[in-house]
Amino acid sequence: MKTSFKAQIITLLIAVLGALAVGAVLLLIVHANPFRAYEAMLFGPFSDLYGLTETAAKATPLLLVGLGIVIAFRSGILNIGAEGQMMMGALAGTVVALNLQRMPGILLLPLTLLAGFAGGAIYGAIPGSLKAYFKVNEILSTIMLNAIAQQFMVYLLRGPLIDPTEISYGTGFPQTQQLPESIWLVRLIPQTRLHLGFVIAILMAILVYIFLWRTVIGYRLRAVGAGPQAARAAGINVETGLLSAMVLSGGFAGLAGIVEVLGIHHRLLDGISAGYGFTGIVAALFGRLHPLGVIPAAFLFGALMLGADMMQRAVAIPAAIVQTIQGLMVLFVVGSDIFIRKPDWARQLLGIKLLKKKSAMGSYPNNQSPPLVPK
Amino acid sequence: MINQLLEFSTIIGILTTAIRLATPFLLAALGEMFDQRAGVYNLGVEGVMMLGAFIGFWVSLRTGSSYIGILAAIFAGVLMGLLMGLVSITLQAEQGISGIGLFMFGVGLAGYLFRITIGYITNIEGFQPIKIPILGDIPILGTVFFNHNWMVYFAFLMVPISWFILFKTTWGLKIRTAGMTPEAADTLGLSVVAIRYTCLVIGSVAAAMAGAFLTLGHTNMYADNISAGRGFIAVALVYFGRWNPWGILGGALFFSFVDALQLWVQVLGLKIPYEFAVMAPYVLTILALVLAARRIWEPAALGKPFNREGD
Repeated sequence: MKTSFKAQIITLLIAVLGALAVGAVLLLIVHANPFRAYEAMLFGPFSDLYGLTETAAKATPLLLVGLGIVIAFRSGILNIGAEGQMMMGALAGTVVALNLQRMPGILLLPLTLLAGFAGGAIYGAIPGSLKAYFKVNEILSTIMLNAIAQQFMVYLLRGPLIDPTEISYGTGFPQTQQLPESIWLVRLIPQTRLHLGFVIAILMAILVYIFLWRTVIGYRLRAVGAGPQAARAAGINVETGLLSAMVLSGGFAGLAGIVEVLGIHHRLLDGISAGYGFTGIVAALFGRLHPLGVIPAAFLFGALMLGADMMQRAVAIPAAIVQTIQGLMVLFVVGSDIFIRKPDWARQLLGIKLLKKKSAMGSYPNNQSPPLVPK
Repeated sequence: MINQLLEFSTIIGILTTAIRLATPFLLAALGEMFDQRAGVYNLGVEGVMMLGAFIGFWVSLRTGSSYIGILAAIFAGVLMGLLMGLVSITLQAEQGISGIGLFMFGVGLAGYLFRITIGYITNIEGFQPIKIPILGDIPILGTVFFNHNWMVYFAFLMVPISWFILFKTTWGLKIRTAGMTPEAADTLGLSVVAIRYTCLVIGSVAAAMAGAFLTLGHTNMYADNISAGRGFIAVALVYFGRWNPWGILGGALFFSFVDALQLWVQVLGLKIPYEFAVMAPYVLTILALVLAARRIWEPAALGKPFNREGD
């Protein structure tokens, strides 16, 4: 098991290096020095307090989204809709908070967080039930729901929910008024944007781990993911499993949305999801779909998002390169999965007739390293 | 308000736009149909479209010829198809995720290249409408159907051609076998890997052309997110059209009609909130997927990586 873990880490590192190498070629096109660019991108976030806290602040929504993705993927449903679920969660929480402003913060805060979770959960229930009961491809439905959520949110932000001062000043920026200060998530270090949501996210990671591996419901969900037919034969209701996985998955994305509102912006504005929904998927894959693995992965991608901004300033490289590199990382990670799943086969593919087949089999037993995405 | 929509000239306008806007749906969906018939699904169509849209536009701008532009887009499509093949076929990755990776890569790369090469909104001449002799002179019908640029005719022609290839040629039979029972295809001495690679490249080229149509044959400019989810809708159309070119034609026309309608609602400034108009195609896509839920026409080995060990 230990060797297998090491093999997984090495494979992931090679995947990162591969993606960065292709990215370097793209940087060379503009005659940028890839080393300088990557230096700004990879070391910038870790060079001072600002970088570190900002990385953690960005890791917070990534981790929450990633946890939801882990639950969904482990249960055999590919949730690509975190972006939309984040918006719906942020929307639901904001509406609750704006309407109950007079309530004391100690009551309103949990209520707002709960509303955020519920908003995302309900929005996740749509593709979940479509998948469970109508066999609708969840990847396509969630992508459509992302676009719908975006339009719906912008409609509300331009109309019914717009900050009255935006109208009186005539600026018309699509955002709500500020939420009561009593429910803002406390900043852990003054003068930085690191907030209490970070602690919540870490706690959630532990909770999700316990849920998936130490509870009966978690076991059932993973059984559905590992093989729906076997799960059904064992008396597990596959449809309920798929639906509840999506509800939880959407809930975590929704939580990420409202935490971002309460911890960073203190109001709902357009662009609240800021690509966290997609990057969270990449982080979850990088964490090998393990709740605790997502913690370092969220940090890595939080740093990458921040580093992209820094790189843009340092060497004037468009930030779009980060999405390119992220896409490459996804391709490299799913592509290299076979080296973990079937090391012998992969070696043959590379033309490396490996020494002792027996020891190779022993060090990477197939049954101990699960496929990245359960079939 | 609604009267405006029902005015004669508006209806003609909507229908003409609908025929033109069917082009990207048709090209991308027919291409995706070949992928899926061979047993691979490529969810990265949107990324390939965006890259095709940019490359086609940029090369046209530089060379002054939209025809060279479309050739460049086709080349980009070939490369993207090979990349997807490497990950999904050779390395047997989970296709849902590799498709999302390809999507992010394509969209990111298009945005990156746009910023480092052009960086601002600019126009090109693009493909000009070619009026079909005689047919183009028929009142109404001539305007709606026979006064478009060559890509529109090409896309519609691809419907019967795809049908013929898929159902009337040996090669089409091989494709379908690779998607239905790859083991049988393998036993017969066919290379499942080669068939799947070929189909992925065809699909990817078609997607790149669909993207290039948006910049060279429709808006004559490039902007971020110009594809606006059409690539994903195209994938949904394959399900909706039941892996059949004629079904895809029906779906593409329906969606392009909705697309045209929502554009005209915006143009006419009707009192329907703009956001709801934009939302309409996405809502309909989900409904279409629900309707297409009975999957008895689905290629049996769709999405399952093939390897000779059979695991």
